[in-house]
Amino acid sequence: MTTIPEKVAPATAETFFFDRFGLDARALESTLGAALARRADFADLYFEHRSSDSVSLDEGLVKKANQSVSQGAGVRVLAGEKTGYAYSDEVSLDQLRVAARHAGAIAAAGGESRAVGLAPPGRPDRDLYPVPGDGVRRPLPERVALLERIDREARAFDPRIRNVMASIGTEQKLVLVANSEGELVADVQPLLRVNVACIAEDGDRRQQGSAGGGGRHAFAWLVDDEERALRFAREAARQAIVNLDAVDAPAGPMTVVLGAGWPGILLHEAVGHGLEGDFNRKGTSAFAKLMGERVASELCTVVDDGTIASRRGSLNVDDEGTPTRRNVLIEKGRLVGYLHDRLNARLMGVPATGNGRRESFMHYPLPRMTNTFMLAGTDAPEDVIRSVDRGLYAVAFGGGQVDITNGKFVFSASEAYLLEGGKIGRPVKGATLIGNGPDVLTRISRVGADLRLDDGIGTCGKDGQSVPVGVGQPTLRIDGITVGGTRA
Amino acid sequence: MSTREDGAALVERAIEAARRAGATDCDAVFVEGESSTASVRLREVENVVLSRERRLGLRCFVDHRSAAASTADLDGDAVGRFAADVVGMARIVAPDPVSALADASLLARDVPDLGLDDPAGLATSPEERVELARLCEAAALDADPRIVNSDGAGFSARSSRVAYASSRGFAGEYRGTGYTLWAAPVAGADGAMQSGSWFDTRRSLARLEDPGSIGRIAAERALRRLGARPVPTQEATVVFDPQTAASLVGHVASAVCGGALYRRTSFLLDRLGEAVASPLVTLVDDGRLPGGLASRPFDGEGVATRRTVVVEAGVLRSYLLDTYAASRLGLATTGSAARSVGDVPGASPTNFHLQAGTTPPAEILRSVDRGLWVTSLSGFGVNPVTGDYSRGASGLWIERGEVVHPVEEVTIAGNLLDMLRGIEMVGDDLAPRTSVAAPTVRIGRMTIAGR
Repeated sequence: MTTIPEKVAPATAETFFFDRFGLDARALESTLGAALARRADFADLYFEHRSSDSVSLDEGLVKKANQSVSQGAGVRVLAGEKTGYAYSDEVSLDQLRVAARHAGAIAAAGGESRAVGLAPPGRPDRDLYPVPGDGVRRPLPERVALLERIDREARAFDPRIRNVMASIGTEQKLVLVANSEGELVADVQPLLRVNVACIAEDGDRRQQGSAGGGGRHAFAWLVDDEERALRFAREAARQAIVNLDAVDAPAGPMTVVLGAGWPGILLHEAVGHGLEGDFNRKGTSAFAKLMGERVASELCTVVDDGTIASRRGSLNVDDEGTPTRRNVLIEKGRLVGYLHDRLNARLMGVPATGNGRRESFMHYPLPRMTNTFMLAGTDAPEDVIRSVDRGLYAVAFGGGQVDITNGKFVFSASEAYLLEGGKIGRPVKGATLIGNGPDVLTRISRVGADLRLDDGIGTCGKDGQSVPVGVGQPTLRIDGITVGGTRA
Repeated sequence: MSTREDGAALVERAIEAARRAGATDCDAVFVEGESSTASVRLREVENVVLSRERRLGLRCFVDHRSAAASTADLDGDAVGRFAADVVGMARIVAPDPVSALADASLLARDVPDLGLDDPAGLATSPEERVELARLCEAAALDADPRIVNSDGAGFSARSSRVAYASSRGFAGEYRGTGYTLWAAPVAGADGAMQSGSWFDTRRSLARLEDPGSIGRIAAERALRRLGARPVPTQEATVVFDPQTAASLVGHVASAVCGGALYRRTSFLLDRLGEAVASPLVTLVDDGRLPGGLASRPFDGEGVATRRTVVVEAGVLRSYLLDTYAASRLGLATTGSAARSVGDVPGASPTNFHLQAGTTPPAEILRSVDRGLWVTSLSGFGVNPVTGDYSRGASGLWIERGEVVHPVEEVTIAGNLLDMLRGIEMVGDDLAPRTSVAAPTVRIGRMTIAGR
């Protein structure tokens, strides 16, 4: 598409914004100066250009092709615990000055005007997603052909597959952050995603299955020797067929074994959100007074790591320009770390952890997770399963949710089996699992050696902002969590 | 504000550009919005956010092939290049003989004033907006000494303009405003904390609930959760308050929308004319409800909106359809096409309400011998294909018609069809503060999983 930069490397992202909007470092410096006209602590400018494409197939036909280009800039001013934020999709020096004045009004009047001198454009000394040029995208005919292969693969899995819905989404995001401490940082963030959902029918029984994956990869990742796109197709079909035979799920507390990978959504909901800096600074998290305390069994070490190459939740720099890191949250059962953006780090007197993220230029940053997972233990996963006389084995999940303040979290299984006498039994219908965040990890009695990260499907919502995230874990055994089936 | 091209002129220009690029048919939508949000926490200003945005969406047909796109780059000849790109995409996707613009005879002929636009409230100053939030939070903080913290309170004012034009000759435009006030206090006792929140949202600032009332209700909702605990696993009666009943009604709304039917992902597939709910249940979707939060004079395809009875005394009477879904199902569109700017239209509910019954909510609670009054639900445990339902719940335990203690960390489970058919009472307390809304309902029996 002609309105989209065809080949942009991080090295030229700032040039792209300067050329496109007729700006230069001097203009950003004067805008930051205007933002700081009152008694502010900090100001930053965030420029974003996002081009995304999606194409989808349904009933064997590629019916839908979409494209979207969005661009804009936001000006943020911090004063004490206050945030002023103004944004516009019209980017010009005049508009930036208006936004700077509006955002700056949050601070008390007075103070002295300050000059901001921006350092030469910086960029991280690593590129976690070195997708060359425009490599995340492919011409539409190529994407259409892949969707048609996915459709055939899923239908070939079993004649009872009645409909296949598949989509491929690609995104290229350019960001530029300039702040009143003189930092100027740019990044180019590719994102690839494929989803497959299958409907299976057998007589009057109808069920669904879904799978997908992606990350900050080149398009080739879907179609290389591993043929991941086709694997997702078979996986969605298999799950739909399995679920045709699902019986009612049990209800009540029981021993649950969670599979490796995406079931790590447990960690995201049960502990991750509760460890975000804003809730802990404000004292509204169930974890607010638990730093240094035992919140998990000794088998549990949980990290949030934004630096894993090509992962969906990874970033070279967060949306405040801070390089991402590997942050240990829980070490051998003890709570040792929170996740911070600049605002909450400053107010709590600790360093930012590279977790300041925002959905787009229309949002100000919040402390958010990146890739959150539990480190591997030593048990063979088969032994973990064999250790359970009666319980549930859940291997695939839909979404989850948590009440930060009372710590209660839920996550809903989309593929689960009864465990009987150490063996995997009949599949059961989807059921929600509910527990208490500061307590559930203390009930973990077995941790597998099979740590796996999810395939790249997670999106996390907070305060109306969605950001891509990753989760992961090895096979785990939880001794007592409430399963919300219908069979009391 | 800088001079900007009028939305109506812009969509016409986009249509012309698409025509020139070879589109055999096309439609365009332009959305322009501004918003202002002020929030306070512990009586101090916390956030002030100001925004403005505008986006153009274009859908182009080349015979029966189509594609859609959106852009915020509207300067100079960018719109011409954009239109050419969309037409280029359309040439590549598979032809779908059913895919077409809405029939000209169905397009809106009038753009009635539905009471969606009340610009008077937009004139409030930043200080007045902060003050509304402050009053709201103060009422919550001052309600009880056990209100120990706050997630803040906020006020937002939004205005938007939507312009639409199609190559079949329809062009229309409408404006709307929205005002929201909310509070989220935190109650604490015996080392445990509970949050509660309450809000109101209206098209007109003058109709917004009083800040003090919103704050006090939010505080009450947090306070009554203190001391919550799970109950033993059992089958029992479940009463949904209006907010949680609205989520239930939302699952039905999703299941009657066109896409879910031709894709075969709905538990209400092939059930027109069938009793899918108790005779107490009448569900109406009304796109022209005066002052309605989801009202609009025409839908995302220019088709006149209307009032559709979806379920009448328990019997499924109509689906909600856009042009494409209607053609696929051999039915007529119900003017239910919703459209995010850059996407193709798809059916979606507008003001979708479970009609009020005759029983006061207090009487419904008094009628419960043993059961859960659900005031909050969490998670995504609803299978739209089968209707299997399992969600996290909290609320209050009722015995012999009286509240006994607050409940948390339980799930409620069943199947949506059984739940709809098991509705035994419908409250008289329909007071929509969301576009999908319901009064209190009582369901005879569900599985509660707890201790």
